[in-house]
Amino acid sequence: MPLGLGCSARPGRAKDNRTGSWRVFWPRFDHSKCSKCGMCQTLCPEGCISEDGEGTFQPDLTYCKGCGICAEECPGGAIQMEKEEK
Amino acid sequence: MENEACELFDSGHRACGGCGAALASRLILKAAGKDVIVVSATGCLEVFSTPYPETAWKVPWVHSLFENNSAVASGIEASLKRQGRKEKVIAIGGDGATFDIGILCLSGAFERGHDFTYICYDNEAYMNTGIQRSGATPYDASTTTTPAGRCSYGNPRPKKDMPAILAAHGSPYIATTSIAYPRDMIEKVKRAIETQGPTYVQVHAPCCTGWGFEGEKTVAIAKLALETGLFVSYEMVDGSVVKVKKVLRKPVEEYLSTQRRFRHLFKPKRNDAEIAKIQAIADRNAEKFGIDIKLKKPAAE
Ligand SMILES: Cc1ncc(C[n+]2csc(CCOP(=O)(O)OP(=O)(O)O)c2C)c(N)n1
Ligand code: SF4
Ligand code: SF4
Ligand SMILES: [Mg+2]
Repeated sequence: MPLGLGCSARPGRAKDNRTGSWRVFWPRFDHSKCSKCGMCQTLCPEGCISEDGEGTFQPDLTYCKGCGICAEECPGGAIQMEKEEK
Repeated sequence: MENEACELFDSGHRACGGCGAALASRLILKAAGKDVIVVSATGCLEVFSTPYPETAWKVPWVHSLFENNSAVASGIEASLKRQGRKEKVIAIGGDGATFDIGILCLSGAFERGHDFTYICYDNEAYMNTGIQRSGATPYDASTTTTPAGRCSYGNPRPKKDMPAILAAHGSPYIATTSIAYPRDMIEKVKRAIETQGPTYVQVHAPCCTGWGFEGEKTVAIAKLALETGLFVSYEMVDGSVVKVKKVLRKPVEEYLSTQRRFRHLFKPKRNDAEIAKIQAIADRNAEKFGIDIKLKKPAAE
């Protein structure tokens, strides 16, 4: 692949890289304990937690690296990290 | 209206799980929105966000060299101004890029008064090349170039006061903040971008790999840095401190003991003399910035 002095990449193409395969633990969300504060979504370094418009938060396991920040920071303890069965 | 759920710094980047710098980048773009041009120096952020041909950025983004980050941003700003365009310019660098390698061009850009915002994500060492000390590494932290051992307690020098250096350039707005307080961080980045002239935001962004802790603790440890007074969150307008986050201060060892880079202060035996020196740094910060919340004393008997 010839590269000149400058080269460019398509915006957001990192999406091709499915970082979910890195995961050892996965975050299980217990929606009955969720207070809909959105802290997990704000603090996820992957930006992979989405909200469905009605206050239900869900991680996208295609990209979630299983870092555990969401579980650690959820004020209501609604997220548990569990060993991934592969 | 901006779709809050739309990530301008998107998934698929290759940062370590739990990386503080990755979270910082997401929050920076939440604050900046899409009408922005970003320049980044070499470092973990550049490497994990954009391994060619992939990139996590969904706004125009340029990889500069280490040294010329602020010069590239200056040129873009001057060109946009000439064309009458309204996009904002942000330069982002790690602490090594900011405190050491890029300080010449950073100083030049601030002195010339370009209308741009420089954001340093401070993970307190050169992480991408394997944890070498920088001017931002705190006292006594063990790094690969300041290893703790029989003859050394780690980094022998205190952290450089970068905000004060840029304040001395006459910057109209300077702030320090932390990934542990996302609302505060977003507000400060917005304010910096909206302020005319060269502005600076320093974001404390723990690195699980370089500091030695589990990725889930990134936010908790960033909070402890603030709660112990080893990191102070404040705003400066025209060179004067106008706002400081106050805390009920905890002893520094509650922060130090969570990280491998300070392990030598506790093992094989506790080093009270060195811990006391670090406590003195926190005490001086508390005194200088007035961060202590004074609890009302019970009425005299
Ligand atoms: C002029 C120059 N010197 C050294 C390097 C090697 N290098 C690449 S990344 C890096 C570390 C950068 O440290 P920092 O700015 O703190 O960012 P971090 O990796 O910690 O996020 C270094 C030294 C380089 N690319 N260019
Ligand atoms: S475990 Fe980490 S990567 Fe996965 S959803 Fe939670 S915060 Fe995001
Ligand atoms: S080494 Fe540190 S700064 Fe670099 S990607 Fe990993 S956690 Fe982030
Ligand atoms: Mg660094």
